[in-house]
Amino acid sequence: MNIHEYQAKELLRRYGVAVLEGHVAWTADEAVEAAKKLPGPVYVVKSQIHAGGRGAGRFTNDPNGKGGVRVVKSIEAVKEAAEAMLGNVLVTKQTGEQGKLVSRVFVEDGCDIKRELYLGLLIDRETSRVTVMASTEGGMEIEEVAHDHPEKILKVAIDPASGIFPYHARKLAFGLGLEGKQVAAFQKFVLALYGAFLELDCAIVEINPLVVTGKGDIVALDAKVSFDESALFRHKDLEALRDDSEMDPKELDAVNNDLNYVALDGEIGCMVNGAGLAMATMDIIKLYGSSPANFLDVGGTANAARVTEAFRIITSDVNVKAILVNIFGGIAKCDMIANGIVEASKNLKLSVPLVVRLEGTNVDLGKKILAESGLAIIAADNLADAAQKVVAAVKGA
Amino acid sequence: MAVLIDANTRVMTQGFTGAQGTFHASQGIAYGSTYVGGTTPGKGGTMHPELNLPVFNTVVECRDATGANATVIYVPAPFAADAILEAIDAEMPLIICITEGIPVLDMVKVKRALSGSKSLLVGPNCPGVITPDACKIGIMPGHIHRRGSVGIVSRSGTLTYEAVAQTTAAGLGQSSCVGIGGDPVKGMDFIDVLKLFLADDETQSIIMIGEIGGQSEVIGAEYLAEHNFGPGKPNKPVVGFIAGATAPPGRRMGHAGAVISGGNDTAAAKMEAMAKAGIHVADSPSALGSTMVKALKK
Repeated sequence: MNIHEYQAKELLRRYGVAVLEGHVAWTADEAVEAAKKLPGPVYVVKSQIHAGGRGAGRFTNDPNGKGGVRVVKSIEAVKEAAEAMLGNVLVTKQTGEQGKLVSRVFVEDGCDIKRELYLGLLIDRETSRVTVMASTEGGMEIEEVAHDHPEKILKVAIDPASGIFPYHARKLAFGLGLEGKQVAAFQKFVLALYGAFLELDCAIVEINPLVVTGKGDIVALDAKVSFDESALFRHKDLEALRDDSEMDPKELDAVNNDLNYVALDGEIGCMVNGAGLAMATMDIIKLYGSSPANFLDVGGTANAARVTEAFRIITSDVNVKAILVNIFGGIAKCDMIANGIVEASKNLKLSVPLVVRLEGTNVDLGKKILAESGLAIIAADNLADAAQKVVAAVKGA
Repeated sequence: MAVLIDANTRVMTQGFTGAQGTFHASQGIAYGSTYVGGTTPGKGGTMHPELNLPVFNTVVECRDATGANATVIYVPAPFAADAILEAIDAEMPLIICITEGIPVLDMVKVKRALSGSKSLLVGPNCPGVITPDACKIGIMPGHIHRRGSVGIVSRSGTLTYEAVAQTTAAGLGQSSCVGIGGDPVKGMDFIDVLKLFLADDETQSIIMIGEIGGQSEVIGAEYLAEHNFGPGKPNKPVVGFIAGATAPPGRRMGHAGAVISGGNDTAAAKMEAMAKAGIHVADSPSALGSTMVKALKK
């Protein structure tokens, strides 16, 4: 689960991570009030969306104008900047062409930037440990740095038995060329950030850029925090930070129905059990010359109600021209899925071709239920057969 | 021989009297495996009402009383790491965790506890392990398997069933199937299971099924290049497949592990690494069996 920059900074501040003073605003007037609480004379107005590249991004209503992060030098200019952002759609290289609606801005104190660094914490699956990454290439996308200059990324893996120690941070600090009081400030910053990472069950925390100020302070200029969804059960308070408007409405609908759904831009709706098989089903559709409209894993405990919800979400996508159901029953039982398909077809009055491939637990019973339902279902014998038939159905339509 | 489990495996279940533990233990027993009991803290000293097997409070008690040498965990995600750690502490030789959705930082601690321990962990978030006609531990449908020569190792549950069905249909059958699970931090990885398959006489060929995200398929492929392929080496034919060629970058596709993060963990990059190592890469998930049949003829 992702949160906004201002929320991330508020949280991190509680753990002793150095951030600048700032306030969130939903209207231009609130932005003015926010700015008045700051010392000035330099203010930064930042669009709050769940995507990076905001500074270089452009608003759809003003493609030649300024970006989604603006440094200004008066309260009047704060108001202008907030007015230009709020209610408008910002397109960055991470948002896709459709961009994201800016409904709140963060008004922050200006900062005397001497150096821009990168600092990130994540769980490295190769070492199975929380790993602190740092780089002198602040402000750049870390994936690009990793690709072009892997030697510029410093890494320290933290043994969970000992936890983090100052030497971990010192190793990075000297590697980054920090000196004097900067080293101690960096050490404090890294240890505080690691504490927050563990306490909040984060999946990833990125401070990009991390700034060395003229005075030698170390401070987070941006902050990206993402939580481990599997651990949210022990952080009920964090649920309040979820911003549903950042999600695709169909995906939000799926989450609320306990379905694992990702919207894509193809024409064949997919309903599959198991994440691996669901991805493989998308792959084989592509292989046969069409493209998937979604990823959908109905899971092992699929029953008629869940199947109906899944169909409803799939068919709410207007681009869907045919549906492929691919079930290899293990825990999921084919007869239960078949009953769900019959019920959903009747309730939703499906208007697109439906190809069904059933295999595994109770397959004969499942096939019988479908055959006796009188529904116009195209039955498939195996995965390849199913993919061919659904692609043919789309091409014929 | 097969790997990890055979007819001599004595299985205990953690989360024994819960719905999942009960159902899958009964399925394992029906398949002919030896299930000897299990734990549900607080219900020790009773008999399982449906399975007529003893229930214990702790893993140590269950192990000592029943001679269990493998444990399977169906405990809900918030308590699953605790269950794995208890099994490691009890020095269970084989721990198989089916539970999905364990917090990653819990697994970081579990992984640390595993190092230097006497236990092997399979999973979490996996279908389990089966050696056909001998022992079934986990949630896979038993009837699709036939005892045979192909060792299957996979990150995905239902895609494993696909490989099983295709190798059964091709008349090859399976020696053992190991679902290593879809989580980013887990127990045994490809390389660990591949080592077992290379050393196992009954396993004459291998299918490995990976996903986007991470480097473990590449590490496994490099291991095979060095230890399987070449003069004087086992030269067991290996078929590979990577799911997620069409997945958009950065999106979590159900499995927490299936996120394309850098540039070298895409399906294309992994398939290329596999092919370079000498693995026969199936271009379609429906061609796992047929690719193996072709590879065996070469």
